[in-house]
Amino acid sequence: MSATPLRFEQDIAELERQIERLQVLAQQQGLDVAAELSVLERKLDDLKRETYRRLSAVERVALARHPKRPYTLDYIALAFSDFVELHGDRAYRDDEAIVGGWARLDGRTLMVIGHQKGRDMKENLRRNFGMPHPEGYRKALRLMQLAEKFRHPIVTLIDTPGAYPGIGAEERGQAEAIARNLREMARLRTPIVAAVIGEGGSGGALALGVADRILMLENAIYSVISPEGCAAILWKTPAARDQAAEALKLTATDLAGLGIVDEVIAEPTGGAHAEPEDAARRLREALLRHLDELSTLDPAELRQRRWAKYEGMGAYRVAGRGSR
Amino acid sequence: MTWFRKPKRKLQAGERRELPTDVFEKCPQCAEILYRARLAQNLYVCPVCGRHLRIQAEDYLRFLLDDGDFDEHDAELRSADPLGFFDLKPYPQRLEAAERKTGRGDAVITGAGRLDGIPVYIAVMDFEFIGGSMGSVVGEKIARLGRRALEHRRPLIVVSASGGARMMEGILSLMQLAKTSAVLAQLHEAGVPYISILTDPTTGGVTASYGMLGDVHLAEPGALIGFAGPRVIEQTIKQELPEGFQRAEFLLEHGMVDRITDRRELKATVAQLLRHMLGLPAAVPAGDGETVEPEESAPPPPDEGAASQQRRKGERGEAAD
Repeated sequence: MSATPLRFEQDIAELERQIERLQVLAQQQGLDVAAELSVLERKLDDLKRETYRRLSAVERVALARHPKRPYTLDYIALAFSDFVELHGDRAYRDDEAIVGGWARLDGRTLMVIGHQKGRDMKENLRRNFGMPHPEGYRKALRLMQLAEKFRHPIVTLIDTPGAYPGIGAEERGQAEAIARNLREMARLRTPIVAAVIGEGGSGGALALGVADRILMLENAIYSVISPEGCAAILWKTPAARDQAAEALKLTATDLAGLGIVDEVIAEPTGGAHAEPEDAARRLREALLRHLDELSTLDPAELRQRRWAKYEGMGAYRVAGRGSR
Repeated sequence: MTWFRKPKRKLQAGERRELPTDVFEKCPQCAEILYRARLAQNLYVCPVCGRHLRIQAEDYLRFLLDDGDFDEHDAELRSADPLGFFDLKPYPQRLEAAERKTGRGDAVITGAGRLDGIPVYIAVMDFEFIGGSMGSVVGEKIARLGRRALEHRRPLIVVSASGGARMMEGILSLMQLAKTSAVLAQLHEAGVPYISILTDPTTGGVTASYGMLGDVHLAEPGALIGFAGPRVIEQTIKQELPEGFQRAEFLLEHGMVDRITDRRELKATVAQLLRHMLGLPAAVPAGDGETVEPEESAPPPPDEGAASQQRRKGERGEAAD
């Protein structure tokens, strides 16, 4: 269990403590508590399932940002093999808010690229809390084009609060860097599967997100703006965060409903951080399935479908008539 | 000799005169009182300090296109409010108010015209419509325009003014960045020119997509151009931003735009650029703009372009440009 449980995790933690106490007691005094234990364990199961089934949008946001949640390098360690990290944009520096390199999935080589948050303050300073600078996007593009050159597919793992709003990021053209990634990812002649594993924060997320398939972990979020930012601008008060989170429709199920996400990957009960190995196994299985499907398409067909996919995104109507 | 120069006197708040706004306008930069008719003639550039005042989307069409002739496309597209978004008021109410205020259905006008005789597809954004924000309608109109440019091999021009993606359409508005960029990817491969004109202000999602994907980027003097808004940056770094940060001149210095172009030179500059890119002869000085009449003005694509894709089906192409 997490060291800092979320509000909705507390009841579950309490029940878990009771079970533990009972077990210790039984062991110390040689009592048979099997019957009591099984009742409590069933109760725990039910509570978990109910809690995680009915999470509100803002609770999903909390889970997506959970400090114990597996990050890109965790998934690379758990779901991939033979990883070799590659560094730098060949122009300015290595941005550690994005990591990437060659890896294997089920023996086959691919390029894996993802945002990387830090586990502690020291690492977060290095990785800028997973908020890339332009050189991060440029490194990512370099690696994607490297994958294309050797005809290997690309997997991106998305987990960022967003692009970094700082002076250097603007000076070095973060808008241009994101825009270029969007255009070049649309052009790549190799399969791309993107998976949102935590926070999908606006442009900084999309810069790794143009793909043939967009997958999303059950408790991940993906949004044009953070609920906090949206509340401040539209409601003019940070207190409206919960309403903004609901209104933005940023959960995995919302996005599947809007036709943006191709598959929602179920997480273990309690969230990915409760059982990282299990979460990684599920992610791996989904990635493999989509990569297999895409591997049958030739590059021209692949690109045509990718363009059609993006050109079909949007909801508008003709004045005086119905919507599409 | 400075010591007997007349002391400068600026207008004080207390002595501000009531100006009939239909006749006069005060320059927000140098405070000069300007005769509106003359200002309009000067394309709303202050004749004293050169400040470029914000103008309407139609104004750009009027002075960029020959005789102001413009064939508008897709004017009937409206937002479908896909999220049923409701903040302090419902999104449809904001849309209605914006339509009443601006007289148009969303934050961009798109269509066809001729610029110095060259047939072009042009889009002009309107900052007055919900901050020029990009939702599904803006994305669809730009994408359709780009596809027409691709199909007819005619140059694309986009005049941007935007606060970014439209929050009220959530993830769908974010996806418009990818959608418009995917169309521009095809235009790029086909060798059809695209000129991005950045006006005050252009920030957020529009700069992170078609704003920064031009073959050439032109910016109006003094225009605010950036990804993150200056206030957000100040709140994040807890510092005051340097003078001129994210202004057109700053972007030129940092290599993000090709030129800063005075509005009064904009048409001539765009025409000159298009003539170069399209392989047309230089304009005849003081010509009547009737020099070219090609139906498909862009040259055939280079060998590595989109047209050869079919032929090379299954084969690997170039990795980068």
